Amino acid sequence: MPGKLKAKIVAGRHLPVMDRASDLTDAFVEVKFGNTTYKTDVYPKSLNPQWNSEWFKFEVDDEDLQDEPLQITVLDHDTYSANDAIGKVYIDIDPLLCSEAATVISGWLPIYDTIHGIRGEINVLVKVDLFNDLNRFRQSSCGVKFFCTTSIPRCYRAIMVHGFVEELVVNEDPEYQWIDRIRTPRASNEARQRLIFLMSGELQRKIGLKVLEMGGNAVVGYLQCFDLEGESGLVVRAIGTACTLEKISTLPSTATHQSNSSPSKDMKDSPQAAPSTLGCRSTHSSPVHSASSRLSQGFSVSVPTLLFAGMKPRHRSSEAPRARQCRPVFGEEVPGIPLSSGPPTPLRAQTFSSFSPSKSYSRQSSSSDTELSLTPKTGMGSGGSAGKEAGPLKALLRQQTQSALEQREYPFFTLTSFPSGFLLHVGGVVSARSVKLLDRIHNPDEPETRDAWWEEIRQEIKSHAKALGCHAVVGYSESTSICEEVCILSASGTAAILSSRFMQDGPLDTEHRLSRQPLVFSTGSERVEGDMGSSASLGFEEVVPPGCGFCHIPYDELNIPFPAQLTYCYSCRRSKVPDVLFTTIDLPADANITGKGCLIQARLCRTKKKAQGEGNATAISNLLPFLEYELHTQLMNKLKLRGMNALFGLRIQISVGETMLLGLASATGVYLTALPGPGGIQIAGKTPSDITYEQHISNMQKKINDTIAKNKDLYEINPPEVVEEIIGSPIPEPRQRSRLFRSQSESSDEVSELDLSHGKKDAFVLEIDDTDAVEDIHALLTDSPTPQGFYSCNTEIMPGIQNWTSAIQMFTSVRVFRLNNANLTNQGLNKIFSDLCENLLKSLYFKLRSMVPCCLCHLNFTVAIPEDELIQVAVTAVAMSFDKEQILENGKQSGEKTLTKAITENDEQLQFNLELNPESSHANPLSSPKGLSEVGSHPSARAPSVDYSSFADRCSSWIEQLRLKAHTIRRGSVKTTSSMEKASPLPEGRSRSLRSNRSYSGTSVAVVKMTPLSFIPGAKIIKYLGIINMFFIRETTSLREEGGVSGFLHSFIAEVFAMVRAHVAALGGNAVVSYSMKECVFMENPNKNQAQCLINVSGDAVIFVRESELEAASVQPQSTTHTSNGGEGT
Amino acid sequence: MSVELDVFVGNTTIMDKEVYQLWLNGYTVNDAVKVRIEGGVMEECEASADVLLSDTMDQYRTFQMCERLLHHPAKLANQLLFQIPPDRQAMLIERYYAFDDLFVREVLGKKLSKGTKKDLDDVSAKTGVSLKSCRRQFDNFKRVFKVVEELKGPLVENIRQHFLLPDQLARDYAAIVFFANNRFETGKKKLLYLTFQDFAFCAGQLINHWTLGAVDSMMEDMDVDLDKEFLQDLKDLKILITDKDLLDQHKSLVCTALRGKTSVFNEMEANFKNLSRGLVNIAAKLINAKDVRDFFIDLVEKFIEPCRSDKWTSIDMNLFLTHYTNSAHILDTFKHHAVWTRYMGVIKSCILRMYHD
Repeated sequence: MPGKLKAKIVAGRHLPVMDRASDLTDAFVEVKFGNTTYKTDVYPKSLNPQWNSEWFKFEVDDEDLQDEPLQITVLDHDTYSANDAIGKVYIDIDPLLCSEAATVISGWLPIYDTIHGIRGEINVLVKVDLFNDLNRFRQSSCGVKFFCTTSIPRCYRAIMVHGFVEELVVNEDPEYQWIDRIRTPRASNEARQRLIFLMSGELQRKIGLKVLEMGGNAVVGYLQCFDLEGESGLVVRAIGTACTLEKISTLPSTATHQSNSSPSKDMKDSPQAAPSTLGCRSTHSSPVHSASSRLSQGFSVSVPTLLFAGMKPRHRSSEAPRARQCRPVFGEEVPGIPLSSGPPTPLRAQTFSSFSPSKSYSRQSSSSDTELSLTPKTGMGSGGSAGKEAGPLKALLRQQTQSALEQREYPFFTLTSFPSGFLLHVGGVVSARSVKLLDRIHNPDEPETRDAWWEEIRQEIKSHAKALGCHAVVGYSESTSICEEVCILSASGTAAILSSRFMQDGPLDTEHRLSRQPLVFSTGSERVEGDMGSSASLGFEEVVPPGCGFCHIPYDELNIPFPAQLTYCYSCRRSKVPDVLFTTIDLPADANITGKGCLIQARLCRTKKKAQGEGNATAISNLLPFLEYELHTQLMNKLKLRGMNALFGLRIQISVGETMLLGLASATGVYLTALPGPGGIQIAGKTPSDITYEQHISNMQKKINDTIAKNKDLYEINPPEVVEEIIGSPIPEPRQRSRLFRSQSESSDEVSELDLSHGKKDAFVLEIDDTDAVEDIHALLTDSPTPQGFYSCNTEIMPGIQNWTSAIQMFTSVRVFRLNNANLTNQGLNKIFSDLCENLLKSLYFKLRSMVPCCLCHLNFTVAIPEDELIQVAVTAVAMSFDKEQILENGKQSGEKTLTKAITENDEQLQFNLELNPESSHANPLSSPKGLSEVGSHPSARAPSVDYSSFADRCSSWIEQLRLKAHTIRRGSVKTTSSMEKASPLPEGRSRSLRSNRSYSGTSVAVVKMTPLSFIPGAKIIKYLGIINMFFIRETTSLREEGGVSGFLHSFIAEVFAMVRAHVAALGGNAVVSYSMKECVFMENPNKNQAQCLINVSGDAVIFVRESELEAASVQPQSTTHTSNGGEGT
Repeated sequence: MSVELDVFVGNTTIMDKEVYQLWLNGYTVNDAVKVRIEGGVMEECEASADVLLSDTMDQYRTFQMCERLLHHPAKLANQLLFQIPPDRQAMLIERYYAFDDLFVREVLGKKLSKGTKKDLDDVSAKTGVSLKSCRRQFDNFKRVFKVVEELKGPLVENIRQHFLLPDQLARDYAAIVFFANNRFETGKKKLLYLTFQDFAFCAGQLINHWTLGAVDSMMEDMDVDLDKEFLQDLKDLKILITDKDLLDQHKSLVCTALRGKTSVFNEMEANFKNLSRGLVNIAAKLINAKDVRDFFIDLVEKFIEPCRSDKWTSIDMNLFLTHYTNSAHILDTFKHHAVWTRYMGVIKSCILRMYHD
């Protein structure tokens, strides 16, 4: 009973003609929530009815409030026959349940019918009065905030990251119920839509409960998916990362940084990151660092051995399963090394058998082999550091985290970018797949079986992470592919070591203060740091250099879990790094990179015999390892071909069909400065006798070399290798040394000696022993380069590009390809699939040519095999233009806009310096260290950083001010959308700028931006209004009349966009961030002139303000700011 | 092997002006692709013919989906389906409602009926404007006609508001509606030398001065019909030619004023009575709907052609009409000054506009 939902139906417009005789409609509305239904009066003979109803009130449990959508049905009154439904609107009222999100839903919402699409609009007002009763036993979780964004949302600060939350609910699919045979398609579709709405609500509520249990108040990186299993049911499952978030308030510096578009900017309030300037060398200059490195002294001696003890047995025992299903790291230098060569296939049979380990069992097993390695560590840690000043507390904190992580069933994080200082080391990609038979589920209506399946996979992921010496998995995601009764479950993530800072109780400030105090310890600790060597990778609280630290291997180099060549970090020369790094996360904002990045895709098709049941499952699981292996080889080849050495945002999708398997791996390649440069690709022929053959080979070799050279040029990859070779100095950029402290020179010399060992870089050898290999090489070279002025990536932002303008264009493109020729070879299929993707990309470039120079960001490809002989590829991405001129006409603005780590780093450094010794701050930036200018940044970048810091303070006060006004602003926009609410008393300047923004459009429809990214360039997100999670079905029985399949899908996607925009506008928002189309299931039957499509989209509704408007707002008298600040108080 | 489905949907609807024009001009997708290839987009953007085809198909689909909104441009602004920036919306509307002068010249003054629409293939063949495009233009005329027919208030303003057209285009549509409503004959051979813009100008004059709305904008009736009362009054002007004294007096006044000022004085003097009779007879007959239709042909036959054969220049014409109009006011027995001014004002500007080769 603790909630009162109120709804008012105001008016309708553009209604369809329902009465052919009069060409008009007698419309009325049914408002339904739970089991209560209200009706408006009939508004006769109008296509633009004005109901202006009373407030319909529903008194309901908050549990229901979370689960149920408000259902509004518009009908045409008919005196003699049944009333005809015009369409429905489902309103998710969840955003209204959170005090920090929206307070009212008001605006024009499209009336949707699953057969006819959008049929007019309805203007509604929805409010919720919640009564507080926090202390009773709760089934509801009102107030827990949900974010799709996979980073800490812009206007929040993470107090604590609690960890993984997951939930899964199952229901019978209405489409497969017996009743479906006698009901209309419309009724069936609506039943399905409503069910999924209900299930999502329930899922969200349950996850919310888990979050509350953990002590959090928000879920970040919320990823909800549904599996249409067919006969066995409909599964809605979600994963996310529970956090405790705090709205950024009074602290001015924090405010600026958090709200800034780059997550890295909150560096300043992170004590760990702050001290370490760029790269390792300068860490010693900072007192803070020495304090903490001193702390780690205690562990350095004993821990490694302990770890070995823990790792070795585990290693052996888990070798087989690991090889079976996963590839922990794709660091293989030569193809054909263990992972692919001998995957013990027999074991795989086990995966699809209905065997499922019970929870308790799996937990036990994990503790037996994994916790061994870590629990003693913490013990040692506290012991070792006892007696050191400031040590005990710190160690205690660490111990807490460590154990906190251990206690968690799954130390997984769905985040892909992190508050700086959180991510210490990255081990590599871990993934697990499992093939299941849906018709083997004993109790299809209960979630247990699926829970057990995922449990299995997560355990596997967890143990893979352990094998990589990591205690956490970041950038974690799960997916399924279903074909008939076979289901492939996949999970992947990046093994990593995280800092405890966000995982312990209490605000960060404790540590902040703590780490800053002991200026005294600035000497002596350097040696310790040096001694520590590889122990740095053990996951303790050692200070990690921000630019390269995350590349340092977390595992033990003497016991590498896979073959890889380790070298000393090219950036700091202190720790070992692998030669190639694959991750599923975004490029850390503070990472040092050379040149620009680009999208790299590996595409693969494998034919498979048609089979049934277990035979089919076995066949599929036999194919999987080869598929994955080839995808990785392709990725590796393409990476090298582009002269790069690391992949970010790696997403491997495997889709299963009746007669084939599709694999698509997308990632963004970059050149990490810290990693060694990639060797070239060497081609070797098997039969050297033939001269023409030799020539052929050398031709190909030449082509490849040319391509590499061209790519290096294209992506501006010119690592400072040469300097290194000649000078023999471990530090790539000589200039920076001058800024470093002389005392350090000895230690760096030492390192240089060590360095010699890795000198040569083996070229990657491709053997051409059969036609397949030739084809493969050809395929390598057929990837056409992006046209002039275009860049592409599948991560949030393009490494090496800045100066985004405010022009963004989000789009979805779908292609379905029919393979008419059934007898295709694998090679033929590969080519077709590859061409399909390439052509799609080319089309996108062409479409968006007016935005040049621009970058396609977050290119998210989804492949599916909707039926035999059909391949479907869907892409959602955003095109963002940028200023080619790197000239910063306005220091402030560009400082704001740009996201590159180059600037960030400069900022951070600068600000840190500012904090420590303000006098020198102005001298510093110019002499700021690092081969940054060479590393693809630009001398000009330094100038704005000076400006920026001053801008920061100013900005933060506006943010405050604006945050307070967010509510008001929202009202304002609602007013313009609906003309329903009275104008709110906005301050003059504000309201004017808002109005100008809208009146410029000269229309009553507010512009709503959509982007798959978590930010909007050139703008600040000032409020999150809640999650958007919508599911639609569209069906037609007049496919030809609607323009064929393309016409049908085109209008459906446009309708989905329109509905998302309308709901966001009704919440008072003007943008959707982290938008994604998670499902697009398209089925057609051209012979029957029918088609059906299901689309599921999600994102975060936000209010953003243009930075230019912010500046305009700054003209406002300061007094406003102050009063509002005082008023807020939180 | 074929692409079965291929769609691209942007949050902001992407529309290429060039493709839009091709679509409006009635090109098929394949023809449009050819034109685009010749236009050199491919080289510009490193695209292939496939890419171009896919893009063109996509755009055509978008336009087709937009078309029903374009039929009610006001809806385009508050629909939710397509997010189109306002300047783009304006462009879409303007171009959709733009027409070919050649085409409009063919149907100007014709009844906007199904019958006329059936004959559009002839018009298409004659003008070289594709049939698709002809149909669109014709439907636009008809749609605008239907909407404003029923509306009160100034015609141009109504069109501008309902169809969100720029001023000039709204005026042109007003002319088309006005012509269609009054069924002015424009297709006769003698009138073929006149362009649409000539007629549009005349229509503007008629609308502004001879309709009811011109006198009283608050009136029930609208701009589309001529002021009946005024037409009735025009009969009174007949006195200028029926009264012999008045005619002579008028002639001498004009001749006095023009003597030495024009090179065609003699021709003018000789023809004066004919010309005057022509103009006044047109006025007197306008009360009959049939004669209204022949208004322009009459002007040409009765006045413009005689003058042209006498090789009057436009300056001569202007001089004559000015003095012809003014002198009538000096005639003491002539009482219908207001009607005369209202009539001659329009006649003068129309003739001046129409007097060219």
